[in-house]
Amino acid sequence: MAERKFRVWRGDSQQGQFVEYDVEVGPGMVVLDVIHRIQARQASDLAARWNCKAGKCGSCSVEINGKPRLGCMTRLNQFTPDEMISIRPLKTFPVIKDLVTDVKWNFEQNKRIAPFKPGPRPADGNYRMYQRDVERVQEFRKCIECYLCQNVCHVLRDHDKKDKFVGPRFMIRLASLEMHPLDQEDRIGKIKDEFGSGLCNITRCCTDVCPEHIQITDNGIIPLKERVVDRFYDPILWLIRKILARGQSPC
Amino acid sequence: MDIKEIQTIEHDVLVVGAGGAGIRAAIECAKNGLNTGMISKSLLGKAHTVMAEGGVAAALGNVDPRDNWKIHFRDTMRGGKFLNQWRMAELHAQMAPDCVRELETWGAVFDRTPNGLISQRNFGGHRYPRLAHVGDRTGLEMIRTLQDFCIHQGIATHMECTALDIITDGNAVSGLVAYWRETGRFVIFKAKAIILATGGGGRAWAITSNSWEYSGDGLGMAFRAGAELMDLEFTQFHPTGMVWPPSVKGILVTEGVRGDGGILLNNKNERFMFKYIPEKFASETADTEEEAQRWLDGDKNARRPPELLTRDVVARAITQEVKEGRGSKNGGVYLDISSRRPADFIKKKLPSMYHQFKELAEIDITKEPMEVGPTLHYFMGGIRVNSDTQETNVKGLFACGECGAGMHGANRLGGNSLSDLLVFGKLAGLGAFEYVKAKQGPHKINESQATAFIRRATDILNRESGPNPFLVHEDLQSVMQNYVGIVRTKEELEKALQELSRVKVQAATVKAHAAPQYNPGWNEALDLANLLITAEAVTRSALIREESRGAHTRIDFFEEREEWLQYNIVIRRTANGQMEAQKVKREAPPEELAKIAYAKIEDLEAKHG
Repeated sequence: MAERKFRVWRGDSQQGQFVEYDVEVGPGMVVLDVIHRIQARQASDLAARWNCKAGKCGSCSVEINGKPRLGCMTRLNQFTPDEMISIRPLKTFPVIKDLVTDVKWNFEQNKRIAPFKPGPRPADGNYRMYQRDVERVQEFRKCIECYLCQNVCHVLRDHDKKDKFVGPRFMIRLASLEMHPLDQEDRIGKIKDEFGSGLCNITRCCTDVCPEHIQITDNGIIPLKERVVDRFYDPILWLIRKILARGQSPC
Repeated sequence: MDIKEIQTIEHDVLVVGAGGAGIRAAIECAKNGLNTGMISKSLLGKAHTVMAEGGVAAALGNVDPRDNWKIHFRDTMRGGKFLNQWRMAELHAQMAPDCVRELETWGAVFDRTPNGLISQRNFGGHRYPRLAHVGDRTGLEMIRTLQDFCIHQGIATHMECTALDIITDGNAVSGLVAYWRETGRFVIFKAKAIILATGGGGRAWAITSNSWEYSGDGLGMAFRAGAELMDLEFTQFHPTGMVWPPSVKGILVTEGVRGDGGILLNNKNERFMFKYIPEKFASETADTEEEAQRWLDGDKNARRPPELLTRDVVARAITQEVKEGRGSKNGGVYLDISSRRPADFIKKKLPSMYHQFKELAEIDITKEPMEVGPTLHYFMGGIRVNSDTQETNVKGLFACGECGAGMHGANRLGGNSLSDLLVFGKLAGLGAFEYVKAKQGPHKINESQATAFIRRATDILNRESGPNPFLVHEDLQSVMQNYVGIVRTKEELEKALQELSRVKVQAATVKAHAAPQYNPGWNEALDLANLLITAEAVTRSALIREESRGAHTRIDFFEEREEWLQYNIVIRRTANGQMEAQKVKREAPPEELAKIAYAKIEDLEAKHG
């Protein structure tokens, strides 16, 4: 086992700074192992979230050398041997303590979204959906709610417009509902007016950091933006709709 | 300390734990109009349910129409070596299909058959393709579905809130003391009923698939409140956990790999499972590679490959191969799907396994075999409950999911845990609803009890010095790993008890440093008491059961012994606070169910197949 230097941000909502730790490292270790080793041997009050340790629960999101990542999936051998590894909390959300941030805002956004509304069940009790139709939605449902996409979204991170835009995580939640073969709710109006689809300017930073490799922008946000455009900004469709029936969903 | 200054929150029912079972129970309570609270140690949606990969077992009969609840029931009983509570296994097999369909009405998107129905896959111990699934991330799909549904049901969800102890009023519950992780402040929940859905206690072992949350909290709290525990000698070692690199040792490799054709090999490249087919399963298991291959190719007359024997059998076989020098280079065996299925198939059916090995072990499972070995995965035993209502012997205290006992007997079939949490989560919710509806008279918070619980927690911070809670935990883990493993002996179990009393002394004086706000050292110290009760209960139960059955293997009593089928082992707290383990006689099974469980498979198959 060799020793290696790490810098971990320690502090609370008021103040904080990086603290250096020398930690023994072994083969195959990930950043979350380093945090656990510091807790067990050097600083038992170092606050950090984690659960599954296998990239499935999305709890251990931090920024490692400036990049948002899951601590449990970041192997130390991705860094050169003499490279200092710095670990800090997600910037977009307020710090509670050390590496733990207050992500409750995200849970509030989810509550604002109208839930899944299926049509009536067929007489034999079984809904029918086809694999090719559900795959589109299944991609979005891989989301582990690590909030790394929320953390890098410029609208939330740099402009702090949390009151105007729900962020990439909830855009794909909305996409997973809107594209669900059984869903009958209409959320397009709210996607434009309340959830802020217009604020995303498609820089794809969210897609870049997604540990589940969900094509957040191309497969989720852009199709939603297109539905909004079709509904509200297509003059011919607008006219036809005006004539035929008022305000029915084109989707 | 003035107890009046402690925050108090009142609910009709408080659900402890927000994994699949807890959320499902809370939904049922709220649906019935109860003021429902739910607390969880982590954020909502992070519970261990996300780790369940392979699928949820329910006899929908979508892929093989011969399937029906009776065969699911029979498989469950045989898997559990007939020690399951008959009524629970019956309810489970009957209710699971509707519970799965219900999830679909709440938004779950399972993989489909060509006809557009919910697809089902093969799994160990299940006669027919029975596991509804979403690739290999079924648990995530389920918890997210439950989570997204429950937030609109009027349930008060209290996140990052850890339960300390149950407050009782006579022989009934009246509330619970907990603390907020964020602030370290205490809170008293006043509740007429409490549903424990806290999962198992895998963290008492060093090699486990469980996360930090699985410290046997429900077991510890229930025991201290006077509830009985049962069947704890049956701890499931999942046969396939990762073995390399060291830091990921124990992380789960889904049984779906074998369900989809993966085979187990030793270092001589032998497919060794053919040597370990138990007599009981011989007539239903392929005995040549040729027949196993035909099964994989879809021949309905071929018998199942031996890699899909129940988990206890496969885990023991792997242990044996390694012990006799035929293990892989890092002390496991090889699990190979690369030579069996095309790369595209593997990436599609097992995406998170592909991802997990690629990122954590730098292994491409479409090109080379994985290395795997047993990992402590699941508790069949837990809190003893009434089969229909999930109520314990303490009034108003319910338990469901992994922390409840009885459904799985001596060994759980893969896929039966996700259906368990739906079925018994729902039943626990209904049980609590009926209890609250009928409950009369005041229920009051016993202030001196609450004060004592809080003082025990603050003592850890206030004492001058003491052992490091993390190191005490590591100590406990190595005791359980060394002496209460897959294969057990009287001497080792007795040694474990001695060692546990030593660790208990250490645990009673641990010291946590700094302030209580989000303090992992303090949190860890508080979990130790529950871990120790769990560890001791497992060890004492394992010592009493002098036979090998299911997940409990005694070298000194290597056979299944008929007379032991008549007993469950029940743990109780004596008047002076000690732990006592006793053999308790089981009731004879209802005739109708016994007939099904022992029937020939052909007699149970649905005739339209």
